[in-house]
Amino acid sequence: MIVIRDLVKRFGHVEAVNGVSLTVKRGQVVVIIGPSGSGKSTVLRCINHLETPTSGEIWVDGMKLTHNHKDINAIRAEVGMVFQQFNLFPHLTALENIMLAQRVVRRRDAREAERIARAQLERVGIPEKAGAYPGQLSGGQQQRVAIARALAMNPKVMLFDEPTSALDPEMIKEVLDVMLELARDGMTMVVVTHEMGFARNAADQIVFMDKGLIVEQNTPDQFFSNPREERTRLFLSQVLR
Amino acid sequence: MAAVSSTTTPSSVQGNFVERLARLPWWLLLLILAGVTLLYQFLTNELYTVILDKLTRGIATTIFVTLISFSIAILVGLLAGLGRVSKNPIIYNLATLYVQVIRGLPILVWIFYVAFVLTPAFFSFVNGLGDLLAPLLGPDNFLTQASTQDVTLLGRAVIALAFAYGGYEAETFRAGIQSISRGQMEAARSLGMSYLQAMRYIILPQAVRRVLPPLGNDFIAMLKDSSLVSVLGVRDITQEARLYVAASFRYPETYNTLAFMYLSMTIVLSLIVKGVEARLGKDGRGTS
Ligand SMILES: Nc1ncnc2c1ncn2[C@@H]1O[C@H](COP(=O)(O)OP(=O)(O)O)[C@@H](O)[C@H]1O
Ligand SMILES: [Mg+2]
Repeated sequence: MIVIRDLVKRFGHVEAVNGVSLTVKRGQVVVIIGPSGSGKSTVLRCINHLETPTSGEIWVDGMKLTHNHKDINAIRAEVGMVFQQFNLFPHLTALENIMLAQRVVRRRDAREAERIARAQLERVGIPEKAGAYPGQLSGGQQQRVAIARALAMNPKVMLFDEPTSALDPEMIKEVLDVMLELARDGMTMVVVTHEMGFARNAADQIVFMDKGLIVEQNTPDQFFSNPREERTRLFLSQVLR
Repeated sequence: MAAVSSTTTPSSVQGNFVERLARLPWWLLLLILAGVTLLYQFLTNELYTVILDKLTRGIATTIFVTLISFSIAILVGLLAGLGRVSKNPIIYNLATLYVQVIRGLPILVWIFYVAFVLTPAFFSFVNGLGDLLAPLLGPDNFLTQASTQDVTLLGRAVIALAFAYGGYEAETFRAGIQSISRGQMEAARSLGMSYLQAMRYIILPQAVRRVLPPLGNDFIAMLKDSSLVSVLGVRDITQEARLYVAASFRYPETYNTLAFMYLSMTIVLSLIVKGVEARLGKDGRGTS
């Protein structure tokens, strides 16, 4: 579904990503962990071309990412993204947030878009918040609307960039539950997170990044019980305590 | 006075009263007093009645110039503002050139320049184009026939004011667009929207709410600056005043009346702008 080959991304003199290769199969959940600044977000953002790679190649669902704007928009419509800061549109209600891209990108008519939007709100557990503005929702509710907004586009892949890092502890679970449900339904997902419980339960593969490189990649069982690299062990001892 | 000598803190009570007194909008009171005095003059003093009648003939022109120029300025400013945040170097540089030229010129000089340099230059260009296309359109086509005289001085004044304010509004719109967090554009793009769709549906609706108060203030400024069209002989209220003064030498009466007319319009407008500002501030959903 996603193939990344020798991805390099530099910001001026900062080498954010130093040659990353990664394959995500259909239906797989890949969790990326690593210390802050290790390039996790940059890898994710290169996948839907929010950042332009310095070099390397990326395929999404057989389509190669190029600089062609039409292609990029087409690929982005197939790749849902959930941000740490939610990034809901504050001037639109929850329902309108979920309907807008369906209408202008997917060209669905209003009734169809609304039906899908309501179904997605149901799926993330807050159908009663359809008419609320983002400013009237808690962080956890906002993030669930953001997930519903991405899902309404029927993406083939979902990318999550630390979706629970900006949430109060009591709201983390409600968002993780939605994501677990999604993983069980067979969605292809790439998740950057510090939630080790989620990584253990939902991931097919865990990728550990440090300093712009993939240090180690393995199944959750092997990764947590039997890490191969010294750097992984050090990181795990810090986050698992 | 007995209270003052009591053991409670009289100075703070007194201070309170003085403070409240000091906070009253005395300026408005004084202004209204002056206004009422003038109103009384308009009703009782025949000279003032005549002057008011004369100046009122220009009011339609003043309002017309302000409204039309400002509407065009909003459109021009929006386009130039989008150009100022564009990543396309040609668009960005053209927009920046325009904004810098406008900001660097006195508006009065710009009005002369548009009226007597740019408008004729535009028409000689059009005429030249007409000559060039003569084989296609015939020797006396509408392009060769077009003449600078077709555009009245009123028209040139409106164009000049519109493009002057377009340059100012460009910066207002640029600031408004840049005040919207980057995450909004990224979220819109990640859903597959094009840059222009994201601008139209996500960024601009939020930016417009933020620039409404500055736009309102600029509208008031435009009303005042519309008086500059009098230098082209356009008969707005300022020009009517100048004409009357030239014939009658009634300086204080005429300019009192003129000032009264501008102030009553600008003060009402600034109260409206304040009201809009307060209402926008109250409902929090315009902000990210
Ligand atoms: N837009 C940017 N401009 C400059 N440097 C950036 C930018 N985005 C990320 N970086 C740098 O790239 C490195 C990797 O960042 P990031 O991918 O956000 O790491 P992570 O998500 O793992 O915390 C960091 O050193 C960061 O400072
Ligand atoms: Mg990050």
